[in-house]
Amino acid sequence: MSWLWQVPAVVAKELLVEWRERSRVSGLFFYSFALLLMVAFAMPNTKMLADIAGGALWLGLLLASTRSLDQSFKVELENGALEGLVLWPVDPLALYYGKAIANTLVLLLVAAAIVPLVIVLYHPEIKGDPWQLVGILVLGSAALAAPGTLVAALTVQARGSSALLPMLLFPLVVPVVLASARATMLLFDGDLMGQVDDWMMLLLAFDLVHWSLDGLLFTRIVDEG
Amino acid sequence: MTDPSSGLVVRSLSRRFGRRWVLARVSLEVPRGSALMLLGPNGSGKTTLLRCLATALKPHDGGATFDGVPLWPERHTLRRDIALLSHATALYDDLSARENLSAWARMGAYDADVDALLARVGLADTGARPTRDFSAGMKRRLALAKALVKTPRLLLLDEPFSALDPHGRALMGDVIDEILDRGATMVLTTHHPGLGARFCPQAVRLTDGQVTWRGPSSEAQVHAGDA
Repeated sequence: MSWLWQVPAVVAKELLVEWRERSRVSGLFFYSFALLLMVAFAMPNTKMLADIAGGALWLGLLLASTRSLDQSFKVELENGALEGLVLWPVDPLALYYGKAIANTLVLLLVAAAIVPLVIVLYHPEIKGDPWQLVGILVLGSAALAAPGTLVAALTVQARGSSALLPMLLFPLVVPVVLASARATMLLFDGDLMGQVDDWMMLLLAFDLVHWSLDGLLFTRIVDEG
Repeated sequence: MTDPSSGLVVRSLSRRFGRRWVLARVSLEVPRGSALMLLGPNGSGKTTLLRCLATALKPHDGGATFDGVPLWPERHTLRRDIALLSHATALYDDLSARENLSAWARMGAYDADVDALLARVGLADTGARPTRDFSAGMKRRLALAKALVKTPRLLLLDEPFSALDPHGRALMGDVIDEILDRGATMVLTTHHPGLGARFCPQAVRLTDGQVTWRGPSSEAQVHAGDA
């Protein structure tokens, strides 16, 4: 487990690069904002808007995640930094978890920016515990980032990687989007049957599986020579 | 007498891309603390050989050892001591020179004096500038500083003098001398045998992935062909 101490250094590097190129993150925000705005204008009445608020939020985050994940590896292709990382004494596991944690944090940042917009544009009532929404956002973002980091590593050097990434990622994360959207909608509308916890458990199980296995697969991808 | 297993030993190393063999049964030796110059025209396999020695590529046949340790099987340990300076600088354009070196040092857990390294490559005054603003020569010098973060025992230089002005070339030469004085082993590719001969007593010429000549660097100019 000697690679564990390397993870914070990789996370710090990832976040520093994101901070220096803040326009990338703000681009993700505006991308999601435009989507939320279009869906809001397309809805015929405010009742329907409130009903789909949870789904719209996760649709925005899903699309933002594909752009974010693609960008996080494109940076590594500039000047051959990806090969530089492989040849540096950084364990591929530390590389994977560092990138996955940073991708999760970027998604949470985008989520923190678009949740207020969803509330303003879609007028959901939020009958449940708002802290549960934080839990859903954390579990859902982590569940998008873990397989997303793996798929982004797999596709980044392929021709048409920007199209290939969502093609491979979306089928993988269907359970995440369904569980997150359903849990969020129940939280907004009132969880009479106590189902939010079950959806969150599903997200947690997805997180546990992917955060434990995807790192091993990532190792095989980046260090095959 | 020198221990035959010390230094770099390459035995019948072959590597292909797809069906095309880029390196075919390359064998060579570089005694510990010595340097070898690789010559050859573009596409002769020099860079591929360096990437195999840096453990970026796995040989499809044969292999290499460094101080008796097989390179590919022990790559995770050896990468701590092997530095490759190639055309790809592996720098983050959005970060400053200082941030780049600090980030790489932290990730590898190297205790590096970043300011001293920047001063060593003549970039002390530009350490706070994003490397996006750097010229190709400045990036090359920063990449050299990044290689020095490792204090390498095996240094692999792919055309180290390209993109450098006379001042940069002199600086690169001084740094290479320092590294060799510390006892590092070095392999250097170049199209200018005269420049490389200053550091490398021996030279090897590659043609179409095969060793076609080996001998003293002083004779390399004659055998350089279109290198």
